[in-house]
Amino acid sequence: MKVALTTTGSNLSDPLEPRFGRAPKFLVYDLDSDTFMVLDNNKNLNAVQGAGIQSADTIARIGASALITGHCGPKAFRVLSAAGVKVYASSARTVEEAIDLFRQGKLNETQSADVEGHWV
Amino acid sequence: MIIAIASGKGGTGKTTLSVNLALAAHEPIQLLDCDVEAPNAHLFLNPFVIESTVVHVPIPVVDESACDGCGECGRMCEYHAIVSFGSVPLVFPEMCHGCGGCMRVCPRHAISEKGHRIGEVHVSTVGHITLIEGKIDVGIAMAPPLIRAVKSRLSASVPVLLDAPPGTSCPVIASIRDADFVILVTEPTAFGLHDLSLAVDMTRALHRPFAVVVNRMGIGDDRVHRFCREEGIRILAEIPDDRRIAEAYSEGRSIVDAIPAYRGLFHSILNQIGIVSLSL
Repeated sequence: MKVALTTTGSNLSDPLEPRFGRAPKFLVYDLDSDTFMVLDNNKNLNAVQGAGIQSADTIARIGASALITGHCGPKAFRVLSAAGVKVYASSARTVEEAIDLFRQGKLNETQSADVEGHWV
Repeated sequence: MIIAIASGKGGTGKTTLSVNLALAAHEPIQLLDCDVEAPNAHLFLNPFVIESTVVHVPIPVVDESACDGCGECGRMCEYHAIVSFGSVPLVFPEMCHGCGGCMRVCPRHAISEKGHRIGEVHVSTVGHITLIEGKIDVGIAMAPPLIRAVKSRLSASVPVLLDAPPGTSCPVIASIRDADFVILVTEPTAFGLHDLSLAVDMTRALHRPFAVVVNRMGIGDDRVHRFCREEGIRILAEIPDDRRIAEAYSEGRSIVDAIPAYRGLFHSILNQIGIVSLSL
């Protein structure tokens, strides 16, 4: 099972980024093999609009079945739900910490967007 | 002939100038309120609305039985208004610019369009003025299609004064891009100059001839005048920072009506931009 996390860096010890759509990077962690890859999200970081939708699209295409991030807006949440990606909100300090909490079942699945959408 | 009144900074007096120029004109004139998110020219004119039209933008509708989830629509959409991953696409009407591209690239012809309401256009008359005003619906964020609907109502044979929205982004560009002349209203302050310089860059990028009107003359300093001198920009007029103007404004009255001594100032601007006014 692959879990995607938002981050500012490229390592497990780097901070968990609270923003989803405009997160600088996505770290995709494979819980079965304990390996990970990092995707750059610069394109959406600087997008005029639709960053959440496009980021959700990226997460869905990479084959992640869960997303751990700080906050998720309504449009991104709708895309993630349609793609069957479960969203978990976490205020963990680092990516590693968030993965540990997730493994221990300590993160709650988010049932709806928890922040307002941005006007175009 | 279209004369657009723009500013960069909000609250510099675009509507005040537009309304007073329209009232001071001595020939039939069309006043276009393109500030569709906050149209307010009507407050000073008390017009009788003779025609209201609902404006829609086309948004995609997907025929689920015909869609095979190929995702072509989502790949072509620059605004992420439609997304698909091997399933029936999701549509985000608020992101859609109504270009129809998704419908064209769909290999299965599964996409058609339906109208998505964004606002209304009101046409009214007051004396020699025809007011054409756009009013966007609450919750709609995309002004340019409504601005284009306002502009589509104008008659080419009657001069136009176009009251543009503030700022320098899409709604302003949609408003002024085909203007024959642009008047940039500013105030002689640091904020005024900052936003004026952005508006000047925008107007130059659109290759529109333009000049400046300085409002609230007497506050601030001479930085706007220095900027205009250095850049070779003509100042058409200066409107003084006069408390009587603010009082008239607060009562919904025009300057030319409340303080007749100012009529000459607006006539002089009209003469400079080629609209017939009373002789001075």
